[in-house]
Amino acid sequence: MSAMKEFTKGFLKENPVFVLVLGMCPTLAVTSSVENALGMGLSVTFVLFFSNMLISMIKGIVPPKIRIPMFIVVIATFVTIVDLTMAAFLPPLHKSLGLFIPLIVVNCIILGRAEAFASKNSVLKSIMDGLGMGLGFTFALVVLGTIRELLGTGRILDFPILPQAYQDSPMLVAILAPGAFITLGFILAVINLLKKRGR
Amino acid sequence: MELFGQIMIMAVGAIFINNFVFAKILGICPYLGVSKKLDSALGMGLAVTFVMTMASAFTWLIQTYLLVPFGIEYLQTIAFILTIASLVQFVEMVIQKNAPALYKSLGVFLPLISTNCAVLGVAILNLTADNGLSYNFGFSILNGLFSGIGFTVALILMAGIREKLEYAELPDSMKGMPIALIIAGSMALAFLGFSGLKF
Repeated sequence: MSAMKEFTKGFLKENPVFVLVLGMCPTLAVTSSVENALGMGLSVTFVLFFSNMLISMIKGIVPPKIRIPMFIVVIATFVTIVDLTMAAFLPPLHKSLGLFIPLIVVNCIILGRAEAFASKNSVLKSIMDGLGMGLGFTFALVVLGTIRELLGTGRILDFPILPQAYQDSPMLVAILAPGAFITLGFILAVINLLKKRGR
Repeated sequence: MELFGQIMIMAVGAIFINNFVFAKILGICPYLGVSKKLDSALGMGLAVTFVMTMASAFTWLIQTYLLVPFGIEYLQTIAFILTIASLVQFVEMVIQKNAPALYKSLGVFLPLISTNCAVLGVAILNLTADNGLSYNFGFSILNGLFSGIGFTVALILMAGIREKLEYAELPDSMKGMPIALIIAGSMALAFLGFSGLKF
């Protein structure tokens, strides 16, 4: 039962993007479309799942002084697996995510969960935590990607949503870098507002 | 003379047109985390610039003389992140021993830098810049230096604005991270104007 709780907390209560404000670089950089957001989110989920599992398995044998380099090597291994697999089977997605695939290594969410959770908890709990955090991250990315793609192109996943007149001259800035910052800023403000209302 | 021109183009490109923070969206975590005070922003910027320059040099050497001759380029991510982590550790020790005053002002930021995606980002970009053609050794170092300066410029501008913002009257839910992100977005919009600077 408690393992289930570790799984669900990543979605809302401790959502890595909306509440903890971690892993900002991929969040802002790859959410210009829903497709990229999903690809990034699921890659991070995969890495989190396996790195949390492996780290909670080896936590007894790693000397505390060199634990951070050990964690980084574990994480880098899984990131390399994702990188090569995606390059082989999904070359277009690999091309559009580009630099941000190897940069999953330095995503603070993954090292943060390894240090704060997996190095102290059992294997099952760590797996659930990794899965929950990963899917919570994916959820946040998809929300951001949906808003930006809708405003920036008038389409979602290439399905036209808004009228043709909007699609002809969309708010292009939403899919550029400034749109990422501003959209996330407003989302965080709304979340703060909702939190205060709820209290 | 032609070389000087090339270097100038590179400097303007890395600092203004392809600014790491505003155009490439790299290194956002320290950008949002350490931009509350002007002097700590300057310290962080200098430390990052230094590490980016060093990392550009070392990762270029490792790629050219270790990974390529042995045909193990797929280990790039792991090799680079380990290089950067040990480099940061080494720099920290050297500064602590030889310049205690500098260590006092930079010390707290140094460990954070190994998980700064701007450092790993510049190392990988140096080797894939110009549509897959990599920079040579000298240009890699210069690119690291100029990109670091670009990051410092962004950080200092942001810190200056945020110091003033302390006294602004804001709605409660906008305080802190939301307004910081929206300001970053407006600055990115301004920097977008530099993309018209073509040579």
